[in-house]
Amino acid sequence: MHDFEYECPRTLADAVAILAKGDSRPLAGGTDLIDHMRTGRFRPALVVDVKKIPELGLLESNDKGLRIGAAVSCFRLQSSATVRDQYSAIADAVSIIGSVQVQSRASMGGNLCTSGPAADSAPALLALSAQCVIAGPKGNRTVPLEQFFTGPGKNVLQAGEILVEITCPAPAPKSGSNYRRFIPRNEMDIAVVGVGVSVTLDASGQTITAARIGLGAVGPTPILATEAAKKLIGKPATDENYKAAGEAARAQTSPIDDMRGTVEFRRHVTGVLVERSLREAVARARGESKYHSHVRIPCC
Amino acid sequence: MSRKRVVSCTINGSEQQFLCEPRQTLLSALRDTLDMTGTKEGCSNGNCGACTVVLDGRPVVSCLVLAVECDGSRVETIEGVAEPEKLAPVQNAFLENAALQCGICTPGFIMQTQALLKDNPNPTEEEIRFFLAGNLCRCTGYDKIVKAVQQTAETAGSCKPGCCGGH
Repeated sequence: MHDFEYECPRTLADAVAILAKGDSRPLAGGTDLIDHMRTGRFRPALVVDVKKIPELGLLESNDKGLRIGAAVSCFRLQSSATVRDQYSAIADAVSIIGSVQVQSRASMGGNLCTSGPAADSAPALLALSAQCVIAGPKGNRTVPLEQFFTGPGKNVLQAGEILVEITCPAPAPKSGSNYRRFIPRNEMDIAVVGVGVSVTLDASGQTITAARIGLGAVGPTPILATEAAKKLIGKPATDENYKAAGEAARAQTSPIDDMRGTVEFRRHVTGVLVERSLREAVARARGESKYHSHVRIPCC
Repeated sequence: MSRKRVVSCTINGSEQQFLCEPRQTLLSALRDTLDMTGTKEGCSNGNCGACTVVLDGRPVVSCLVLAVECDGSRVETIEGVAEPEKLAPVQNAFLENAALQCGICTPGFIMQTQALLKDNPNPTEEEIRFFLAGNLCRCTGYDKIVKAVQQTAETAGSCKPGCCGGH
């Protein structure tokens, strides 16, 4: 690995001041950054460890919603009963990012800032109306996640800016969410297609009153599939309507051919996953299903 | 060249201080600086799990941790698993089940197994396979490793009464 300096600021103000000097990279879980430095893709002169900054380690929820510090690990998110029960698409996503070892360290903030089109947390957070709180030399700003990504590996962060936290509004009653992806293996792989959905049902549990759909790995950035969601709002929660939403989602993709899948395959799978994800999110909204972990949460 | 940093941490229960460059990974500090070569280097990019250690109670791949990050931390490595002159139950189970051939992946599997059984003393086969999915073995075909983990769990006994709904 190339030679670099290391700083570990204890306050957000110090971090912003240090990052503003330029040629630096924030380090949270390091599961992307350290590998990218090893291969030479990134060669920052300074690495700024942001894990000791209180704001970036915060994880709290109240009746307004959920606040996730940008450096909070996937493991901490999985361990939160609130995340598992009320924001279950996030729990779905963070429990399949890399291995258990990677989840011990990797943060959702880092997953977003790496800005890979296949980032598992992105479609889940798009579905849950996430906002990005960014601090920088000119002060704080908030960007809706659908405006955060600008291209493969690229986002709106300017020099000296840092992602501080991700916020999600509290779900309305009778809401449910789900993230799922297609990979050719059971574990430890990158999404060929990833789909996150959230739905809200009316009091009867039969009609969809609100829906959002996020798509991953089927375009240069994660996509908020607004047109697909429109096919559901005000409609009965039926397979027929899920199919229409899946078909509309296909039209919103612009995938590439690569070793993991062809354009045609990715488009097809997008629709299939939208249908399946909607079915699961509706079941969760009705209280008929919930997040299932393959790795038991510590009990003793 | 960046100046070297002093890192103070607890490794396998004993306080240690060492010097490292900021660019050194925890894996490199363990092997090259501290001469603790039980932790193995496999892929160096976080995919194979050969370098798994337990950092502040959580299993991590030490190739994706900077040694400077570990100041003030607790690190557990394969060197801390056995008692003097006596292997730990998990190590005996790996031997008895022939759960290793070349052995490069074994320290990582042992550390990951310890981390699994600490929180989940009676894992199902599916839970074992998912928890160990970040550890690659090119010799055994995994079945013998899974059997060794199951045997370790069986010998160790189960959860506290009332825990896991009697699982």
